[in-house]
Amino acid sequence: MYVAVKGGERAIDNAHRLLARERRGDPSVPELSLAQIEQQLALAVDRVMVEGSLHDRALAALAVKQSRGDLIEAIFLLRAYRTTLPRLGVSLPLDTAAMAVHRRVSAIFKDLPGGQILGPTFDYTHRLLDFELADPGGAPASPAEDGRGPQAQTSLPRVMDLLDREGLIESEPPARDDARVGDLTREPLTFPSGRDVRLQNLARGDEGFLLAMGYATQRGYGRNHPFAGEIRHGEVTVSLTPEELGFPVEIATITVTECQMVNQFKGSATSPAQFTRGYGLVFGGAERKAMAMALVDRALRGRELGEEVSSPTQDEEFVLSHSDSIEASGFVQHLKLPHYVDFQSELVLVRDLRAAHGTPRAPVVQ
Amino acid sequence: MTRYNFAYLDEQTKRMIRRAVLKAVAVPGYQVPFGSREMPLSYGWGTGGVQVTASVIGPTDVLKVIDQGADDTTNAVSIRKFFARTTGVATTTSTEAATLIQTRHRIPETPLREGQILVLQVPIPEPLRWLEPREAETRKMHALEEYGVMYVRLYEDITRHGRVAQTYEYPVIVDGRYLMRPSPIPKFDNPKLDRSPALLLFGAGREKRIYAVPPWTRVKSLDFDDHPFEVEHWDRPCDLCGARGAFLDELIVDDKGGRLFICSDTDFCARRRPAGDPPRPM
Repeated sequence: MYVAVKGGERAIDNAHRLLARERRGDPSVPELSLAQIEQQLALAVDRVMVEGSLHDRALAALAVKQSRGDLIEAIFLLRAYRTTLPRLGVSLPLDTAAMAVHRRVSAIFKDLPGGQILGPTFDYTHRLLDFELADPGGAPASPAEDGRGPQAQTSLPRVMDLLDREGLIESEPPARDDARVGDLTREPLTFPSGRDVRLQNLARGDEGFLLAMGYATQRGYGRNHPFAGEIRHGEVTVSLTPEELGFPVEIATITVTECQMVNQFKGSATSPAQFTRGYGLVFGGAERKAMAMALVDRALRGRELGEEVSSPTQDEEFVLSHSDSIEASGFVQHLKLPHYVDFQSELVLVRDLRAAHGTPRAPVVQ
Repeated sequence: MTRYNFAYLDEQTKRMIRRAVLKAVAVPGYQVPFGSREMPLSYGWGTGGVQVTASVIGPTDVLKVIDQGADDTTNAVSIRKFFARTTGVATTTSTEAATLIQTRHRIPETPLREGQILVLQVPIPEPLRWLEPREAETRKMHALEEYGVMYVRLYEDITRHGRVAQTYEYPVIVDGRYLMRPSPIPKFDNPKLDRSPALLLFGAGREKRIYAVPPWTRVKSLDFDDHPFEVEHWDRPCDLCGARGAFLDELIVDDKGGRLFICSDTDFCARRRPAGDPPRPM
């Protein structure tokens, strides 16, 4: 019986072998290729990149494969890889007004310069299982008017800029060249935090957590009267100014989804009524996450805007300390590690307390 | 593992962690925020301890890793393997032979000596956390040495149970100044913190904090004049080695209430009994 606590090393090795076998599944079924995952489970890859804070589709696909489709595990794999990479520089802010747009919807104007572009979306699908998809090649892609490729619209004015012109919405603080952007992966989170760090935290945050938090704001916990001002999805270029060159160089084109929420603000003694902003930005097509992020971003601006902070959704310590799926998953699951010692201490105490209370003690059999 | 640096972390990161460690040593018991990295093992498995160990370990170190006092529990095995792979240093189960010991939940029974470093894995570093959930508040309370709430909490236990009902992570005052949570070691181990000849380093990865008790520092477990601090005791010796006054684990050996009480410190226990000595019959 004492054997039970021995043999940890062999147990671990065997567990790894069993895991590898389970991951592969039935060997008579063809193995997944990374290209298949990247192409056909693209939204899973997007989520892993966003919450893994690393834009690399191939590595994200590998992580999805290795984790058997457990996306939080995949995010963890990508993060643990990312942490070993050097940070070579900081890119210039993305210019999303110059995005090659594949999808662009605004819920606040029926029409606007550049128009509404529905793009590839689940929004108006009927959620009926498509049994034709069950057979490979069963549902041929039908030709569509495609917003992709050279036809993609560029330089669509951002809805927020149109509102800004009239002073109806708060202006974005102008970017300062010398402004240092915080990085949570290098420095610990401190409170009160800046908006840059908050947005980074939310971008890395668990989609489910943000969704629930955003939903809670809609149901009255830190309500902020949101409108989806604009959601746009497409490609943007990433530029960097290398110190030795002194001028910006384009280093990549990435696909992102941006959500700008327009929120009511009744004004205060010092400022007139004006709409305010909530912002969400994610890699790929993680639109649900971008929207939830924008709602939570706005909720967390309560203190800055002089609103009463009464809900967890507006409490930055509550939200930012619990948004990270890797931290949360680790700490919740560490409960399965041995706690023999602490529990033994508790046993001793509870037995003593029961004895002091006069409860007869069951004999310990030898 | 040639593609990874010695002890996994890059030298810049190690330097950053060492700076935090030095600050922690300079201000005993104070929690130093540090840029905790994402490690290839899960948060809650000892990422803080692993980062501290990785930043102080050198090629001539001899490493011991324990979890619950035991060298052979799965997590201890896993962390020991991690460092064996990434550093190639010698590992040991002997408390005496080790220069560096990483531990979860226990301090070895064998007294530590000068020159040794004990790295403790910490889940929640803030001793005031259950009394005040906000970090911004608790940092202020530490700055002002505002620890009355903790005494009140212990006092409430005494009024309710006639004793302090805190069995692990029992709060201590370090060097007469900072209130510290001694990681979730049982209070049984608290006296070993006081004037320890070894350097004690505490790493909390998920919470991104490092703190320290330098050698020979006073560490006092909170108590009252009429309710002095005391540790748990067992009214029987270890069933394997016969040790009295060691921390015992309880094993359930059958479904009729059969129990075995054995030392939680496997190295201590093994050294006390002749090789191959089987457990006493049930």
